[in-house]
Amino acid sequence: MSTLYALLYYVATALLVIGLAVKIRQYARTPAPLKIPTTPAPTTASGVFWRMFREVVFFESLFKSNKWIWLFGYLFHGSLLLITIRHLRYFIDPVWWWVSFEQPFGIYASFGMVLGLAGLWGRRILVERIRYITNPSDHLMLALLIAIALSGMTMRFLTPTDIIGVKMFFLGLLRFQINELPDTPALLIHLGLVAVLFIVFPISKLLHAPGIFFSPTRNQIDNPREKRHLAPWAAELEK
Amino acid sequence: MAPLDDSENKKPAEMMDIRGPDGDPLEIPRLACDAMAESKPYPAYPEHNLKLGFPGELIDNWQEVAIAKMGELAKKNRAFQVYLDACVKCGACTDKCHYFLGSGDPKNMPVARQDLLRSVYRRYYTFAGKYFPWLVGARDLTKEVLDEWYAYYHQCSQCRRCSVFCPYGIDTAEISMAAREIMDSVGLGDKYCNEIIGKVKDVGNNLGLQEKALAATLEGLEEDIEDDTGISVRIPLDEKGADILLVTPSADFFAEPHIEGLIGYAKVFHEAGVSWTLSSYASEAANFGMFIGSYENMRDVSLRIRKAAEDLGVKRIIFGECGHAWRVAYSFLNTLAGPFDFLDPNYPVPQHILEFTWNEIQKGTLKLDKSRNDHIRLTYHDSCNVARASRMGDKPGGQFEIPRNVLKAVCNHYYDMDRDTIMESTVCCGGGGGLLTDEIMDIRVKGAGPRMKALKQVTDDFGVTHMAAICAICKTQFSKVMPKYGYGMDSILSVHQLVSNAIILGGQEVEEDAAPQGDAAAAEAKQ
Ligand code: SF4
Ligand code: SF4
Repeated sequence: MSTLYALLYYVATALLVIGLAVKIRQYARTPAPLKIPTTPAPTTASGVFWRMFREVVFFESLFKSNKWIWLFGYLFHGSLLLITIRHLRYFIDPVWWWVSFEQPFGIYASFGMVLGLAGLWGRRILVERIRYITNPSDHLMLALLIAIALSGMTMRFLTPTDIIGVKMFFLGLLRFQINELPDTPALLIHLGLVAVLFIVFPISKLLHAPGIFFSPTRNQIDNPREKRHLAPWAAELEK
Repeated sequence: MAPLDDSENKKPAEMMDIRGPDGDPLEIPRLACDAMAESKPYPAYPEHNLKLGFPGELIDNWQEVAIAKMGELAKKNRAFQVYLDACVKCGACTDKCHYFLGSGDPKNMPVARQDLLRSVYRRYYTFAGKYFPWLVGARDLTKEVLDEWYAYYHQCSQCRRCSVFCPYGIDTAEISMAAREIMDSVGLGDKYCNEIIGKVKDVGNNLGLQEKALAATLEGLEEDIEDDTGISVRIPLDEKGADILLVTPSADFFAEPHIEGLIGYAKVFHEAGVSWTLSSYASEAANFGMFIGSYENMRDVSLRIRKAAEDLGVKRIIFGECGHAWRVAYSFLNTLAGPFDFLDPNYPVPQHILEFTWNEIQKGTLKLDKSRNDHIRLTYHDSCNVARASRMGDKPGGQFEIPRNVLKAVCNHYYDMDRDTIMESTVCCGGGGGLLTDEIMDIRVKGAGPRMKALKQVTDDFGVTHMAAICAICKTQFSKVMPKYGYGMDSILSVHQLVSNAIILGGQEVEEDAAPQGDAAAAEAKQ
C-alpha cells in the first residue's frame, strides 16, 4: 500500500507540475494581437499589478457581479488557503512558527470549505440559469472537493490517524525513500482523492488559476495610443 | 437622486405621451429555451465573401477546415486560448447580457454563448473532451452546431458587458469574433458585415457613397448651416495641407440624428479656428473588420486612414462620434496602421472629437448658450465599446466624464440613468457588433429592452425627454427601436447636436427666441 501511494504521488505530482508548466508556457507564448483591456483600465504597470491583486485576493469582479457566488466562492477559496497552509507541516521539519500558529485556523477552515462548496453546489442545482450551464464534470469537481474535505475532517474529528506516520511518509517521499504509510481508511481515501485532484488540475477548469494571470482583459495596460503593440505574426504582415 | 431644484418645470411623462416600458431594467427573465434559435442574419453572397478573401460559399470539407481554424486561432490569440480553458461555469455572467435579459433564451447567457464553441473546442483539442465527451459537455462539430453558431454568434453585439463581471475577465466578444472568423473561413459569412467591408474597400465608406455624391452632400450641409445661422461654416473635403483629418462614420453624412452631430463638429472646428478636412478615400470611421474578427480585414480598412493622412499631409487625426470605430481607433489603430510618427507628436493619435470639443470648452473658445437646449431634458447612453474598450483624455474613466462634461456645458437639464446601466456597466443599444440589419429586428428590439426600461425610469423620475449617444450604430438602432417602446424616433440625439444647438457662432446675430436649428422634433416635445 505504501509503495502504491508513493508511486501515485510521484506520478500525480509530476502530472500536475508538468501539466501546469506546459499550459503556462502555452499561455505565455501565445501572443495577444490587440490591446483589449476591459476599460476603465490602469494606464501604468503598477496600476495593472493592483488590478490583478484585487482580482486574485478579493475577487473584485465577482463581487461586483454576484454577491452570493462571491460569498461562497470566497469562503471556499479562503478556507482552502488556510487548510493548505496547515498541511505544510507534513512536509517541513522543523515546522515554521507561523505554520504552527495557523493550525487551529486551518482546522476550522474545513467547515468553511464545506459550507462554501455546499453553497456553490446548491446554487448549481437550484438556480435555473446555473443549472443550465452545468456539465457532469462540474458536479464531479464539487463532489471531489467536498469528499476531500470530509475525509480530512473525519480524521481530525472522528477517527484520528497516526499523523506522525503520515509526516514520515511524506518527508520520506521528498528524499526519495518510501516509509510506512498508516493504513487508516479515511487517510487512504483522503490521499487518493487529493492525488486525483492533482491529476485533473491541468486538464480541467481548474486552469482558471493560472489562466487569470494571462487574461488580456485584466492584465493589459491601457496605453495603446502611447505605445505601439504588435504581435510577431502581425508584424509579418507588414513586410 | 433628487430631482434637483427645477422640479416645477418638470413635465410628467404622461403629458409628453411617453409610454415606455416599466420595470427593473436588469430584471432576470425565466429561461425560454431556443426562443431565438431562428434569429439569423442573411448569409453573404459569394461575391461578398470572395472580396474579403473567404471562400464564396460553404465548402465541402468545412468541418475539417473549421476545426483547424479553431486551433490556429488558439495559437494566434491568447485571449481565445485562455478564455476557452478558464471558465469555471460559476454563472456570474449569466444575467449580464442584454440579449438574454430581453429574450430569456439561455443560449444568450454569455457563458452559454461561449459554450457553443467551447464544447467543440473541448471535443477536438482537450484530453477530457476527446475521451470523455459526455462528462465535459463536448460535442462534435455538426451542421446543427454550425447553424447554432450562426444564430447565436449573431446575437452578440460584442459589447463586453459580460467581461466586466467575469472573475477572469472572460470576454464573450472575443469568442464571438473568433466564431465569426471561423465561419467566414469556411464560406459562411454574414451578408450585412461582409458586404459593407467590401464597400469600404471599393469606395471608402460603408454606404458606398461616391466622392462626387459626398462632396455634393457636404456642400448642401454648408448651405443649411449658412441658412440657419447666417454664417458660412465650411465642411471641407480632401483639402491638402489641412491640420486635422476628421474620420467620421458615413452615417454622419446622411442619417438623422447623426448629421446634426456632423454640423456640430463643423461649428466647433470653425469656432476653434483650426483647419480641417474630411477624406473621400477614408470616408468611414467604422471598421467592420472587428465584428467579423478578421485582423487582416480590419488592418486593410485601417490602412486607408493612414494613407489618407499621408496623402493629405495632415498633422492630426480626429474621430467623429462612433462607438466601435472609437474602439478600433483608440485601441487598435496604432497597432494596425502605426506608427504615426509623421503626425504632430503633441497630440495623441487618434483623438476623439469630444476630447477636442471639451478642450475648446475649457479654453473658452466656444460661446455657448445652454438655454437653447432648455426644451430638452437629457440623459446619456454610454456606448458599449467607448465605455468598456477605450478611453478619452488621460485618465481612466475619461470616456464617461468627458461626454458628460460636454453635455452639462451645453444643456441645463441633465440626469443620469440607473448606475447599474451606465458607464462600465452600460447596457448596449442592442444593434452593435454587426447586428444592425433589419432581418434580425426582433432580437434588436429585445436587446434594447434593458436600456429602454432604464430610460423610462428617468422619464418617470425627472421628466427626461431625450437621450444622447456618441455612436452611429446606437443612434440608428435607437431611432428604429424607440418607437416600439413608446418613444419618438427623434428622442435620440447626437452629443454634438446639442453642442451645435448651444453654440453661438462668432458674428452670428442672435434673435430673441431663436428656435434651435435642426431639431424640430425636440421643439415639438416642448409644446
Ligand atoms: S462569469 Fe466567467 S467564469 Fe463564470 S461562468 Fe461566466 S464566463 Fe465562466
Ligand atoms: S459581449 Fe455583450 S452581447 Fe456578447 S455575450 Fe457579452 S454581454 Fe452579451
